[in-house]
Amino acid sequence: MTKITEEQVGHIAKLARLEVSDAEVKKFTGQLSNVFEYMEILQDVNTDGVPETSQVTGLENVSDEDKLVPWQASGEDVKPAELLRATELPVEGYQVLVQSVIKK
Amino acid sequence: MTDLNKLKISEIAEGLKAGKFSSEEVTKDCLKRIDERNKDLNAFVLVMKDDAIAKAKDADKRYKSGKEFGVLDGVPMALKDIFNTRGVRTTCCSPGLRDFVPEYDATVVEKLNMAGAVCVGKANMDEFACGASTEHSFFGVTKNPHDLSKVAGGSSGGSAASVADDMCIYSLGTDTGGSIRQPASFCGVYGMKVTYGRVSRSGVTAMASSWDTVGPFAKSVDDIATVLQVIAGHDRRDMTTPQVEVPDYSSFLGKGVKGLKIGLPKEYFGEGVEKETRDTVMAAVNRLEKAGAEIVEVSLPATKYAIAVYYISMPAELSANLERYDGIRFGKKYSGGSAGKDAEDIVDYYFKTRGEAFGDEIKRRIMIGTYVLSAGYMDAYYKKAMKVRTLIIQDFEKAFKKADVLIAPVSPFPAFGIGEKANDPLAMYTADALTIPASAAGLPSLACPAGVSAAGLPIGLQIIAPQFKEGLCLQVGECV
Repeated sequence: MTKITEEQVGHIAKLARLEVSDAEVKKFTGQLSNVFEYMEILQDVNTDGVPETSQVTGLENVSDEDKLVPWQASGEDVKPAELLRATELPVEGYQVLVQSVIKK
Repeated sequence: MTDLNKLKISEIAEGLKAGKFSSEEVTKDCLKRIDERNKDLNAFVLVMKDDAIAKAKDADKRYKSGKEFGVLDGVPMALKDIFNTRGVRTTCCSPGLRDFVPEYDATVVEKLNMAGAVCVGKANMDEFACGASTEHSFFGVTKNPHDLSKVAGGSSGGSAASVADDMCIYSLGTDTGGSIRQPASFCGVYGMKVTYGRVSRSGVTAMASSWDTVGPFAKSVDDIATVLQVIAGHDRRDMTTPQVEVPDYSSFLGKGVKGLKIGLPKEYFGEGVEKETRDTVMAAVNRLEKAGAEIVEVSLPATKYAIAVYYISMPAELSANLERYDGIRFGKKYSGGSAGKDAEDIVDYYFKTRGEAFGDEIKRRIMIGTYVLSAGYMDAYYKKAMKVRTLIIQDFEKAFKKADVLIAPVSPFPAFGIGEKANDPLAMYTADALTIPASAAGLPSLACPAGVSAAGLPIGLQIIAPQFKEGLCLQVGECV
């Protein structure tokens, strides 16, 4: 694990769909390098045969009855039209209108 | 009566029942305090004045007819701005959610509403709960009520400061790596981080899903027990809440500590912990020993790896959780930027919306998370961290064979200066060194005021117990 470069930071931002300016890339490169350098401490730990932890209370694959239950708020069903109030984009029917997916 | 805002839950419940004062009067005293102090402290990002007074009047009617809902009925409280409140702006203190109005309440909000809670406002926090100082809030930093040049801590800084400054009687916050305990300690109030899964996370914006917990801030241990009683338990809307019975938390109060074994993890009292903090916590431990507790030394050798584990696991989960902020179904749409230009296509829209929606700390954490999950680095970082997390859990299992609870400082130092760590993310991350391990193992931990520094800043200790033993934390906390 080597120091992280500006090029790598730019690439990570692209993977995360984040627009970052050149100045931001410069700033983040130094800061993230420090963080990743610090994390090297874990390489000192012997973890042979140690299982990974992804949950801490023993619950795995919790299932529930396959039954449609309307989401309620203050004792009333929440309606799709209400949920659509949260978007700032235009709405048609029950659909949010987004920009074209394919470039012209 | 004046200054009703200074009372605690049990005193208010008693006064309301006896008709000594009304919920409207208590609520107005809190609102008056907010009016006087919030411009200095910035603990609230939204004050719900009219709504609070209306709810208080409803509560008063119930008391008059002898049909009150219980001890929380008519008691003013605050919610961290991460809890969904139906019809009331919920921002997570992020630019991307600054106008977001949820259509439903979080489960805990619903439970508190059913109990008659009077919410006076939404409390300030680090953006998406990412930070240890509330300096990463879109609305600016929350100042420490004990010294305005210091931070209130974070990420639940507003929730802690509002209780400490008597702007409300209790509040709710969230704790992922220390976000309830550390601000409670910095502000000199009680703050409870519960067992992972003890309180529903439904309707609470996710940060790191295998770490996030919800819990109360209050002015006394019995108040913590009262709020916990209402919010704890299984929720069908949160599949990570196990079907473990909720005990009567008040039954743990007044029992004393005689015969209890209290473990002191030596790694929590070593290098990096300020002497004044260590001495203050030890003085409290000595008081507990005099009260009949047995003090034993324990060791948690993996403690030094906890920060690295957390700052790999948490950003990994955070980066996945924040994928949903694309400016389509909710959140701010792309503004057109300084040039007022539209995005070229949908992918460009994602980039530009997300570039505007998040502050620096969130961008850093999304990138850390994306990196540690990317091909070629996943084994070295993410999987390694998940294995070391197991070692941290095993440490605690061994320690709890020797002790009933563990006591340690919450933070290596009292509240630090505003701006002191702002340009050094790593220094900010290490402020969580003593709170992260219990979070890694999903353990309950109660932050209690232990004393005050020479400079007049509160110093807190934490009582860590095995999973679902919140009652033990309360039992010991009451005797600190």
